[in-house]
Amino acid sequence: MDFVVNLLAMCVPFSVALLLASIGEMFNQRAGVFNLGCEGVMAMGAFIGMLVPFMIGKGGEVANYWNYLGILAAVMVGALLGLFFGLIVVTFRAPQGIAGIGLQMFGVGTAGTLFRHFVGGTQSVVGIPNSPVPLLSKIPVVGDIFFNHNLLVYFAFLFVPVAWYILFKTSWGLKVRAVGTYPRAADSMGINVNKTRYQALMLGGALAALSGAYLSLAQAKMFSQSLIAGRGFIAVALVYFGHWHPVQIMGGALLFSLAQTFQAAIQGLGINFPYEFAVMLPYVLVIVVLSFTSRNQTTSPSALGKPFNREIRT
Amino acid sequence: MKMSRTFKFVYKLGIMLVAALAALLMASIILWMIGADVSQTFYTICFLPLTKTLHMTEVLIRAIPLCILALGISIAYRSGIINIGAEGQMAMGVLAFTAVALAAPDLPRPLLLPMALLAGVLGGGLWGFIPGILKAKLKVSELLSTVMLNYIAAQFYTFCLRVLMLDPAEKMTGSGTPQSMRLTANIELGRLSGRLHYGLFIALVLAVLVYLLMWKTTFGYKMRAAGSQDRAARYGGINVSKYLAISMIISGGFAGLAGGIEIAGVHRRAIEGVTNNYGFSGVVVALFGGLHPAGIVPASFLFGLLIYGSTLAPTRVGVPANIVQVMQGLIIIVIVTAQMVLSNKYLEARMCRRWNALFHKQKEVA
Amino acid sequence: MEHITKRFPGVLACDDISIHVGEGEVLALVGENGAGKTTLMNILMGLYQQDEGRILINGEEVRFRGPEDAFAAGLGMVHQQYMLVPNMTVTENVALGYQQAWKPLKLDLKMVRDRVIEISEHYGLQVNPDAYIWQLSVGEQQRVELVKTLCLGARFLILDEPTSALTPQETDELILLLKRMKDELSIIFISHKLNEVKALSNKVTILRHGKVVFNGETDDYSPQEIAALMTGHEVQLPENKEPDMHGAPALVLKDVCVRSDRGFLALDGLDLTVHEGEIVGLAGVSGNGQRELAEAINGLRSVERGTITFFGVNLANKNPYYVIDHGMGYIPEERNVEGIVPPFAIRENFILKDSDRERFSHLSFLKKKSIEENAKRLRDDFDIRCPGTSTSAGSLSGGNIQKVILAREITRAPKFLIAVYPTRGLDMGAIEFIHRELLKKRREGIGILLVSEELDEIINLSDRIAVIYKGKIQKVLPHAEANRRNLGILMAGVNEDE
Repeated sequence: MDFVVNLLAMCVPFSVALLLASIGEMFNQRAGVFNLGCEGVMAMGAFIGMLVPFMIGKGGEVANYWNYLGILAAVMVGALLGLFFGLIVVTFRAPQGIAGIGLQMFGVGTAGTLFRHFVGGTQSVVGIPNSPVPLLSKIPVVGDIFFNHNLLVYFAFLFVPVAWYILFKTSWGLKVRAVGTYPRAADSMGINVNKTRYQALMLGGALAALSGAYLSLAQAKMFSQSLIAGRGFIAVALVYFGHWHPVQIMGGALLFSLAQTFQAAIQGLGINFPYEFAVMLPYVLVIVVLSFTSRNQTTSPSALGKPFNREIRT
Repeated sequence: MKMSRTFKFVYKLGIMLVAALAALLMASIILWMIGADVSQTFYTICFLPLTKTLHMTEVLIRAIPLCILALGISIAYRSGIINIGAEGQMAMGVLAFTAVALAAPDLPRPLLLPMALLAGVLGGGLWGFIPGILKAKLKVSELLSTVMLNYIAAQFYTFCLRVLMLDPAEKMTGSGTPQSMRLTANIELGRLSGRLHYGLFIALVLAVLVYLLMWKTTFGYKMRAAGSQDRAARYGGINVSKYLAISMIISGGFAGLAGGIEIAGVHRRAIEGVTNNYGFSGVVVALFGGLHPAGIVPASFLFGLLIYGSTLAPTRVGVPANIVQVMQGLIIIVIVTAQMVLSNKYLEARMCRRWNALFHKQKEVA
Repeated sequence: MEHITKRFPGVLACDDISIHVGEGEVLALVGENGAGKTTLMNILMGLYQQDEGRILINGEEVRFRGPEDAFAAGLGMVHQQYMLVPNMTVTENVALGYQQAWKPLKLDLKMVRDRVIEISEHYGLQVNPDAYIWQLSVGEQQRVELVKTLCLGARFLILDEPTSALTPQETDELILLLKRMKDELSIIFISHKLNEVKALSNKVTILRHGKVVFNGETDDYSPQEIAALMTGHEVQLPENKEPDMHGAPALVLKDVCVRSDRGFLALDGLDLTVHEGEIVGLAGVSGNGQRELAEAINGLRSVERGTITFFGVNLANKNPYYVIDHGMGYIPEERNVEGIVPPFAIRENFILKDSDRERFSHLSFLKKKSIEENAKRLRDDFDIRCPGTSTSAGSLSGGNIQKVILAREITRAPKFLIAVYPTRGLDMGAIEFIHRELLKKRREGIGILLVSEELDEIINLSDRIAVIYKGKIQKVLPHAEANRRNLGILMAGVNEDE
């Protein structure tokens, strides 16, 4: 029983990085842009997030609010990278898949370069402490699983209904959906297709960077060049898995983080099982899940991956 | 509207120059941020390796796997599938190669070396086949599946080196570096100078073969048709799924071969980090080479230069070697962007009118 | 609009066009495909910016940066291709442009819904505000388009070929409706169907190759006079007047059931026979299974039930290669992405179906010389206008692309030909050329299945006419018995025999 509770209590915070990045990617894709550079944006977010408190504290302890300044900086860099990607794929209409790979290499490379220069080697940071929710965290089992985490975890899960509301109940969400499904119609109604896509990309980039900063400041409490380890790509896959819907994406994020925690749990139990195979598990899961979900994608935004050009008739 | 040749030339050159400058500028910004000497860094990365023979051989031994990988990637790309899984396919090729070499160390070289290389091809081909068939049959995005297979292959690779193929000497000393024992001399490729090995010729021959395959045979014709417009290819009676899967087997096979050659020519044992991010660099080389062997050969030399030059950067100018990844990312972005701008007829027409207005005003009046 | 000029790469779409519409007037803008009508209207709506010229409303010059400015000025347009997001409701689609409902933090859908109901009641346009667009028929979608435009406050309505996807009966209803509406609105009506122009408009402006060639009062001219002005010369499209000479059954479909991409039965027990040496026209509003039928025959779509017998061989669930190998020729609906490989050279496109054959390759090495010779010959025979045989096919105009496809399909000496919307969007010259080639093939004894939505084309060319509705053949009429009226009724799903 303790084992299961521990597993679930680990699973919830582990899912946050995937959840935030994936919700961000969902906004990108709902607006018709496929951003494979998520991994790179996450790497930048993770690095910037830890850099700010690291520099301020000169490698030592810092007050907690500096961590949040780091997060803010990361979010801004993420939005900037989203803007940059918009310039490439929205304004210049470059093919999104390969441009995303470019962004990924650029992001991971830049984070690595700056990290080597400013930090040098692996350095742990104090990071964001847990903030148990008063009363609720005292509930047996449930308290440990849901209410004994850091603030970002609560934020991420609260953001799921917010994202749903934005997407389905606000005029901006309406625009995003129209632009990703039938940009020509949106255009004929006076909606600025490219501007909407830029906005979605900035939101997506900000969320991906937030997810990266969560990894470095709250989960691992350090930065290393292999910190992201494909989570950005898994986040993209999760969007497909979750059928472009925030709630289903949350389910997917929890499922995948369970696969990740499983690996840690096995080691914790001292079972003699080659850990490489445990590490593989989430990646294998992605392929399996995609194999089952890719064939009938009727719900996908139909203009996904297609640049919009008003003057070219289709 | 008439477009003069001069205009077209100036226009294309202008866009390419602007693109190159944009990439340089952005790389410079990163360098400036870490307080590096920008011009010195570019000199170290791009020119210093050309000044010594030893450096040149090191550049070439990096160009060899890049060239072979990029050729394979270009075949897949032309067939409509973006293979960013060459990293994993190369690792699987190395494993297969090493397994054969470890299993039959006593076979004579003329038998063992081809066998081991073939095993490398098969290992990589199998790893390429998985995303190929998943895309062909189940429409799984190859961008995601190949990346995932990279991570899986990397874990499997570590597992093999750590457990199955671990050098007995490492067990004795207990230092625990995960690497295989030094392989038999019967799998070694001869060397020309320094560490430069005969793999160079294999790469060049493969370039010619790829050209013939893709542009001179019906097989290549069909693969290109499937890649350019799959609906039209299907309409024309071409089995698109089949060619997708085959192109990925070939692409993976090339990557596996590159892995085998890398072991046979350079390391002579399976070591950690053998793939050295070559799989991703290969994508850049393939795109930079215009997805054509005639472009890929020089492009692989150029990127061999960048990759080797960046290893000199930390000691010479204090710039982390990761800078090469930044540059590669920027180059990809700039290439695909410049291609789109070049093919934008609207922009071209608009610029042409400006051009004409600038230079031919008097003529029109006259 | 005065002196409007708009250039596209290689094309002058509008060349110094001026038009004028008064309050309560209906102007018909007439012209062939590619004459510049739609471009002109897109400029009026602020979707394109003119290179030269100006737009005046009530004597004041206006400059629209986008459609929202045009809406604000009281303009509204119903595009030929409906601008409705399929997976949204009617209300949501209207809300896309209804900025009053864009509250911060909330989209006031109730307000939009009320407005939709108000407008639809006022004009007698029945729509269900909560229906998803994909659930609606083409006619219903058009009503939604009208309601949407009116909800946004349009007092000046632009209709771009509003009848092109409607049955003749739906067209009549629409014209009645517009006649009622013109008391309150000014209308520009784009069409190339002259009877509709006569029925509805007070004034007519004719465009040809981007220029205004005629302005006048509709009542003063006959449809024939307008037609002559529209095409610039008397085009007499060829007609199938030759005697019936059909031979043995070539293609026999029995009880064919096929699913669409969305998973419903697009063909639901379809039976049809085409003989050698006859043209069978398949009439119907598009989306009733025509595409799926052509794809099923050609091995591009799996067949759930039934047989497709082609000279004694069952083609159901065979691959395209097998079908081609048995002598099927196919002019596909989407010529730009299916009929050609756009980046490939013209000469490469000519061998799309034959790269394996000894004629063009030996031991799987391509024969460069014979490919080039073949390309030159076809280019000359079919009058394909191109800089050279190495030009990429995708850069050609629609008419020339269609000629490339036609040349390839016809010269492969097929035993049968399926032509799907072969003349859609082409100019009269190209249409005439294609019609002549089809009739020539018929004379050679080849059976042709002609799928079209242009009733004139079908009536002109076919020996027999089959009407398709919801995946079934409603009825097959011999040429002599078919006319626009009875075909229209059948296309609407009404079978008077029953």
